[in-house]
Amino acid sequence: MNNTVLNTVLRFIGLVLLQVIICSNINFLGYLNPYIYIIFIFLYPISNNRLLFIFLSFLLGLSVDLFLDSGGVHATASVAITYVRPLFLKFSFGAAYEYQAIKFSNTTFSQRLIYFIALIVIHHALLFSLVIFDQNEALLIIKQTFYSSIFTLIICLLLTSLFSKKEL
Amino acid sequence: MQQLFNFFIKNKTFVLFLLLFSCGLTLTIQSNEYHRSKFINSANQISGSVYGAFHSLSQYFHLKKENEILLKENSRLKTLVFSEEKLRSIDTVLEKKYAVQPSLVYKNSFALPNNYLTLNKGQKDSIKEDYGVITSNGIVGIIDAVSSNYSRVLSILNTNSRVNVKLKKTNYFGILSWDGKSPDVVQLKDIQDLVKLAVGDTIVTSGYSSTFPPNIPVGSILSYALNETEDLYIIEVKLFNDMKNLEHVYIIKNTAINELKALNILDE
Repeated sequence: MNNTVLNTVLRFIGLVLLQVIICSNINFLGYLNPYIYIIFIFLYPISNNRLLFIFLSFLLGLSVDLFLDSGGVHATASVAITYVRPLFLKFSFGAAYEYQAIKFSNTTFSQRLIYFIALIVIHHALLFSLVIFDQNEALLIIKQTFYSSIFTLIICLLLTSLFSKKEL
Repeated sequence: MQQLFNFFIKNKTFVLFLLLFSCGLTLTIQSNEYHRSKFINSANQISGSVYGAFHSLSQYFHLKKENEILLKENSRLKTLVFSEEKLRSIDTVLEKKYAVQPSLVYKNSFALPNNYLTLNKGQKDSIKEDYGVITSNGIVGIIDAVSSNYSRVLSILNTNSRVNVKLKKTNYFGILSWDGKSPDVVQLKDIQDLVKLAVGDTIVTSGYSSTFPPNIPVGSILSYALNETEDLYIIEVKLFNDMKNLEHVYIIKNTAINELKALNILDE
């Protein structure tokens, strides 16, 4: 139990630092950045205190906002995907989720892929509509969401497989 | 009342979600309004020290280029000094209106519609809000939030940024703003259609505001077109500064800023 708490805290700090120091300064093709801090929300234990989880994800987004001077956009988007997460857990992992018996290391790649894509797209769509905040720029929002989602997805998959604890 | 409490307890997750979601939205909306986005900003002890620690690592990558820039700046200033004849102003009070404070850029962004920079100088170095920030090439932005050790700069690459500038040749002035698209190009508005323009003309600061002294280079005209009502130009200005690579900047302290403010209050 204690181990999980320590793990969560370390992951929180590590991901925020990785995001603000490295990932937000990539600017691939001039404007594309991956937003990898949401891995924290993906991998948060499934049996959890939902109130605490929502509050933590707000704090996560707010700390990223603090560093990037972006108002409250990351906080808003993180809280939103945290709230809808159970829906997509059920959708992508099916019955196993109902019994609260899944571990992320035991799921198949395609299940994880669907789960990641769904949450990343929702997060990025909300994020960029708030960042750009102009209804005349709908095309730009869609474009940014699309390309950044791909970028984030690739980095997220790489990072999660790099740090996964699969027993051989 | 009992029912109301029961309702909240039953839906506590949703209520908390709604509360935090609207908190985030409020912060976002505030950040889109000029001078109201100070609640959450990167000029604080935590983010300042984190950026500082990592900056002390990454600054080595730019040393060679920064050295070249500084050398160039030095030689330009030396030429000015050598060719300047000794002209002493009569009134020594007027002589030193602006002081310059060198500073390092800890954080820079240019890909968002609203960009900010974080600098490593703050109240301890007597930095105040509304001081201008420049490099040896041109203007960078205006300080909009200060903590004891750090300050935040509203970059000219921010859709809320407004800077008073003029055409160097003809002295017509207008307002410089940014449309949020290319980090190399900003827009100059409010120049009348009677004015003769040419591609390549230099734009400099006007000196009508207390933030920037006059004649600091800004950029050159890339292209121009009339607006919808065909009485004002919208001019695309190519910046002299490379806003993507900023390392050493200068903060311009206007020592007369309080005096000017006091006069303005008297006027009203």
